[in-house]
Amino acid sequence: MSFLDFDWEYFLLLFAGGLVKGSIYALIALGYTMVYGIIQLINFAHGEIYMIGAFVALMVSGVLTIYGFSGVSILVLAAIVAMIYAAAYGFTLERIAYRPLRGAPRLSPLISAIGMSLFLQNYVMLSQTPDFLRFPSLIPDFAFMEPIAHIINSVEVVILGTTVITMLGLTYLIKFTKVGKAMRATQQDMTMARLVGINSDRVISMTFVIGSVLAAIGGVLIASRLEQINFMIGFLAGVKAFTAAVLGGIGNIPGAVLGGLVLGLTESMAAGYISSAYEDVFAFGLLVLILTFRPAGLLGKAVKQKV
Amino acid sequence: MLKLQDINTFYGNIQALKGVSITIEKGEIVTLIGANGAGKSTTLMTLSGVVPPRSGEILFRDEPIQNLAPEKIVKMGICQVPEGRRIFPQMTVLENLEMGAFLRNDKDIIRQDIDMVMDYFPILAQRRNQLGGTLSGGEQQMLAISRGLMSRPEVLLLDEPSLGLAPIIIQQIFEIIRKINKEQLMTIFLVEQNAMQALKLADRGYVMETGRITLEDDADKLLDNEEVKKAYLGI
Repeated sequence: MSFLDFDWEYFLLLFAGGLVKGSIYALIALGYTMVYGIIQLINFAHGEIYMIGAFVALMVSGVLTIYGFSGVSILVLAAIVAMIYAAAYGFTLERIAYRPLRGAPRLSPLISAIGMSLFLQNYVMLSQTPDFLRFPSLIPDFAFMEPIAHIINSVEVVILGTTVITMLGLTYLIKFTKVGKAMRATQQDMTMARLVGINSDRVISMTFVIGSVLAAIGGVLIASRLEQINFMIGFLAGVKAFTAAVLGGIGNIPGAVLGGLVLGLTESMAAGYISSAYEDVFAFGLLVLILTFRPAGLLGKAVKQKV
Repeated sequence: MLKLQDINTFYGNIQALKGVSITIEKGEIVTLIGANGAGKSTTLMTLSGVVPPRSGEILFRDEPIQNLAPEKIVKMGICQVPEGRRIFPQMTVLENLEMGAFLRNDKDIIRQDIDMVMDYFPILAQRRNQLGGTLSGGEQQMLAISRGLMSRPEVLLLDEPSLGLAPIIIQQIFEIIRKINKEQLMTIFLVEQNAMQALKLADRGYVMETGRITLEDDADKLLDNEEVKKAYLGI
């Protein structure tokens, strides 16, 4: 097959799909990696926060539809309410499931995290429904997207745009604001951070809140693309985003974004060129490969344990 | 101004401080010397609220502070420059200094204070945009002391500022400590293994052995003390 025969359109289609998927993974992966960076905990309940974000958005959009709001305004309002809810859940989760275990052996908060994950899944299943719910398509087809709509549609463009804006906002927050600097200091040396007057408990709470807000944004975006949700969507998304965080180097913020995109693209290419049945095989195969040859992840640094 | 009374501190079941009492007056340089593992750093961590005491009282300007969180203690005006410098490695020199001023909101005066510490340690001005982790040991120590000063403390707690540094750098750093004490009338509590240097600098000294204070006196008297000479000065 010569260069010109190569089906570029198909490739671009897969590439765009991979980017969209990857940016959602990245949004969720950020929550894992930020929390891990500060308290070395894998917050297994993080995927559930994302799922709750999607559910809240669904309910809010239902109500707003009744009151006659339309398309994008519903989406924005629903996303805002979802972010507030998710933030409250993330904050509470840390308070009741992790803070009491500060200073306990590392396995204890991990088990607490798995417990919270199961609890939240079942809580949503029982209080809502075990069935799939239809998520309304709120993003209209933009006219200007017409010429390239066969490669990337309006929903996907909105997802990519929102992700980019969110990432820029997060970068600004972490680099330049006082909260962001306190987070970085706490991540680099928690005891020292306390010695300059940083309230580490407050920083940890903030980290959960920010991570949860990002997850909620991811939840709303993915729900408006897949157009259906149920109480289990947090599980697979959580596993994938966690994979992305580890791929990029857990604890490393740019790493989480890179890991998410690499994972999304790998899945998309594998599904498009080989078989969609093998999508996950390639995703996790990639993880195994990277962990074998670069155990600290793509951007992670090997940590020397001080004895 | 700062008073520890009968402090007992534990790590789990292990008692690190046994009835420690220390008094520091305003404007003094007081040093605490002792061997490795005697409990010197624990004394500072207890003072700073990182490892609270199980019993005893710490009075700062006659107010008990032994149950306060570290950030409250910094806010009251007690700042520690810990052992090993603990520079934030992924932050620039400037950002490290800003972190020192974390609890302050007076932006203009913070700027002035940054200039002030860069006057004390001109090398920091040259390195201002370099990451903390890339500095040499001596530069890191200078940055650590400067970061401590950025909180505008009334009492500066210094834990082994000479650790791992070349003699000429140690000299330089001790001279600045003296200068800070004289110029800003800053009260300084200096923990050191380098007993000779520390006692030469200090007004008074305490000797610590396995969690207990075994001696206290004026610094020049401790320098002449036979036990101290034998055990800590190598004379």
